[in-house]
Amino acid sequence: MASICLCFQVHQPFRLRRDFDFFSIGSQLSYEDTSLTAAVVRKVAQKCYLPANQLMLKLVNEHKGKFKIAYSLSGVCLEQFEQYCPEVIASFKKLVQTGCVELLGETYYHSLSFLFSKDEFQAQVRAHEEAIGRYFDIKPTTFRNTELVYNNQLAEAAEAMGYRLVLLEGADRLLGWRSPNFVYRPASNSNLRLLLRNYRLSDDIAFRFSNAAWEHYPLTAEKYAHWIHSVGASSQVINLFMDYETLGEHQWADTGIFQFMQKLPTAAFARENVRFQTPTEVTQTHVPVGIIDSPYTTSWADTERDTSAWLGNEMQRSAMEYVYSLESRVRNTGSADIIHAWRKLTTSDHFYYMSTKRSGDGEVHRYFNPFPTPYDAYVTYTNAVNHLNESLIANSVVREERPAREAIHNAYL
Amino acid sequence: MKILMFGWEFPPRISGGLGPACFGLTKGLSELGTNILLVLPQAKDCNPYVTHLQVIDANDYRTRAPSFKSESEHSRVQCRRVDSPLRPYITESDYSYWIEIERKRHETAGVEEQTTGLLPFSGHYGPTLMAEVRRYAEIGALLARGEQFDLIHAHDWMTFLAGVEAKKRSAKPLIVHIHATEFDRSGESVNPEIYEIERLGMEQADKVIAVSHWTRNKIIDRYGIDPAKVEVVHNGILKEPMLDRSQVGAHPRGKIVLFLGRITRQKGPEYFLEAARIVLNQVKDVRFVMAGTGDMLPRMIEQMARLRLHQHFHFTGFLQGARKERMYAMSDLFVMPSVSEPFGLTPVEALQYGVPVIVSKQSGVAEVLPHAIKVDFWDIERLAESMIHVLTNEEAAEGIVKKGQMELASIGWDFAAEQTLSVYRSLVH
Repeated sequence: MASICLCFQVHQPFRLRRDFDFFSIGSQLSYEDTSLTAAVVRKVAQKCYLPANQLMLKLVNEHKGKFKIAYSLSGVCLEQFEQYCPEVIASFKKLVQTGCVELLGETYYHSLSFLFSKDEFQAQVRAHEEAIGRYFDIKPTTFRNTELVYNNQLAEAAEAMGYRLVLLEGADRLLGWRSPNFVYRPASNSNLRLLLRNYRLSDDIAFRFSNAAWEHYPLTAEKYAHWIHSVGASSQVINLFMDYETLGEHQWADTGIFQFMQKLPTAAFARENVRFQTPTEVTQTHVPVGIIDSPYTTSWADTERDTSAWLGNEMQRSAMEYVYSLESRVRNTGSADIIHAWRKLTTSDHFYYMSTKRSGDGEVHRYFNPFPTPYDAYVTYTNAVNHLNESLIANSVVREERPAREAIHNAYL
Repeated sequence: MKILMFGWEFPPRISGGLGPACFGLTKGLSELGTNILLVLPQAKDCNPYVTHLQVIDANDYRTRAPSFKSESEHSRVQCRRVDSPLRPYITESDYSYWIEIERKRHETAGVEEQTTGLLPFSGHYGPTLMAEVRRYAEIGALLARGEQFDLIHAHDWMTFLAGVEAKKRSAKPLIVHIHATEFDRSGESVNPEIYEIERLGMEQADKVIAVSHWTRNKIIDRYGIDPAKVEVVHNGILKEPMLDRSQVGAHPRGKIVLFLGRITRQKGPEYFLEAARIVLNQVKDVRFVMAGTGDMLPRMIEQMARLRLHQHFHFTGFLQGARKERMYAMSDLFVMPSVSEPFGLTPVEALQYGVPVIVSKQSGVAEVLPHAIKVDFWDIERLAESMIHVLTNEEAAEGIVKKGQMELASIGWDFAAEQTLSVYRSLVH
């Protein structure tokens, strides 16, 4: 019997002011565009999060607990919900209370910190666990790194942090002739389990659903359930991982995406040997069939399925190097505000906007990019990091002066 | 004396040095009693700037009777405009680049209102530059028939065909004024059509005015123009109210080295960037700012990223008005590493803000600033050394400013106008 494992990523970055220019560096101005951040998250809440949650809750109730889903909610996104649309948190709480929903662990800041600083990575994962515990009273045991960025070291790190399961991209170069539709493990001596995204079936919904030029357009729940069923006959699990914003935001409501989702469980249950399971349930049901060795880093982004979406050009590498070069100085301030501000600049979206890729992937980058060009994105981002750097310098001056002043004061006593 | 003048830019529409030069020159000439009828492609907002002259709107020209006499009672210079997307300092390839940028801007703006960004916004580009130049020439022919004048004066290649047409119809003497040649704009990869228009204009002209000896030599060497016909009139400078250094307020730590201009091959931005890298190996507390925009901007940003100068090198996009003033006023050193600069207004502006300057030897302005530091644009080692010298030596910096400002005091538009008038008098008696 094959399982459908539906996992949705829920994430919005804190956005930068597009007019944060050279003159703003070191000034009293903030580089964060709070009004844009609020406007976007509220808009997406109306178009996606609220109606989609409502639909999911309805499906869970209708199918009496047989419909299961999983979410990875980034910490920065939860923070925005709390500030700008708390009703979204309330609706996620309702969903979690049904017992049919698994929440996944990730970095609080939706960052690529794993590639640059293991300490920082661990701190951000722990911060996320704390937030999930605080909002939902749950401790995640499945790990889903930012944008499915994965390699052997990530598996080790996740296992060392107590995770039992990691999600990754079903990249061709990892699988070779093998199918993504089985449970794997990272090494023969590892207790960790791996679930690999079926990118074809996932992207049929996430990218191709409303593409009228696609040979299978329009995609109906029946057609899709048929595909799943025919693949599922010789599989353990079909892993469908996608942005939650697919529902109503990337694919607008008028494409029929909500109707599709609404009909999907019924269409699936109409066939034999198909069920929905959360990632953890999948690994409790099925034993791993093989080992996935990933010496190089994979992700779910672009056709390359590597890190080139965020690190593909010199601007991206320069920006990434710059922000991580501040790490120890940021931490040494001991200031929660400065640390939080710096960590928000590690969010992967900032680097995604600087991509200069062309053709199909470039189109996707441009769709998400609030900046007119990748060059504007880079210049604005480095202005922001420079601004933060200025405040670090100012902060360290104050910290150095204080002991000196105290020493002088003590000498006079 | 009545002059039919074909101009291009005029304040407040300025993308380079031609606008201010036209403004300064016409003002100086009118003070010397010259009547000027100035034809412009774009002069919609120039009213506050034309108290000394009158505008001809060449678009209106076809429907309106000649107005030279009646309007000249209040002013000695008239101004008319022709709506056209022309920009004096862009090449045909730049032009298609801007059109492409424009197109993208409009696409973006369609989704969301777009007001910020590094690239300038202007809604006036047409399909091809050459077609616009020829359309402007037709206006020249029309004006020549309808107006009374003694002499024709045309500024830069885009107006040359208009000037030549006007000369044909009126048989009056023609002066062409070279603010920049195609070799300055495009290096050795010149657009042959533009080169041909320049050469034709200069050959048909009775006199050629060059803004520097640097440019005069180019005219003689590269266009084969008779040296006896080519006169040098250095640009003057406009003294405007400006910000004081003390008024700029907080800015990032460290001294600031400024490049301000179009980010194109002609201006040598890559030499500035390379020299910055050398300077930063030795002096840490310095920031470099590249202000402006152009077809080389993306490449410069990528190169800066490649060199990992992100903590010390900044891009501002196009600056004008108060932001430009502020940029000058907060700078500690101005560098103009132009590959070929017929004159070069920016170092003059920098000096007016009390900022020491380093200019390339390949510039006309070097001729009027004997005490400024001059380097070959390609000599980045030397450029870096000079930057470090000025940045680490207060006395040297002050000396450059003081001497430079004294040198500026002797170059004014009144003087340039007198020289221009004597060129006029050599043709009209």
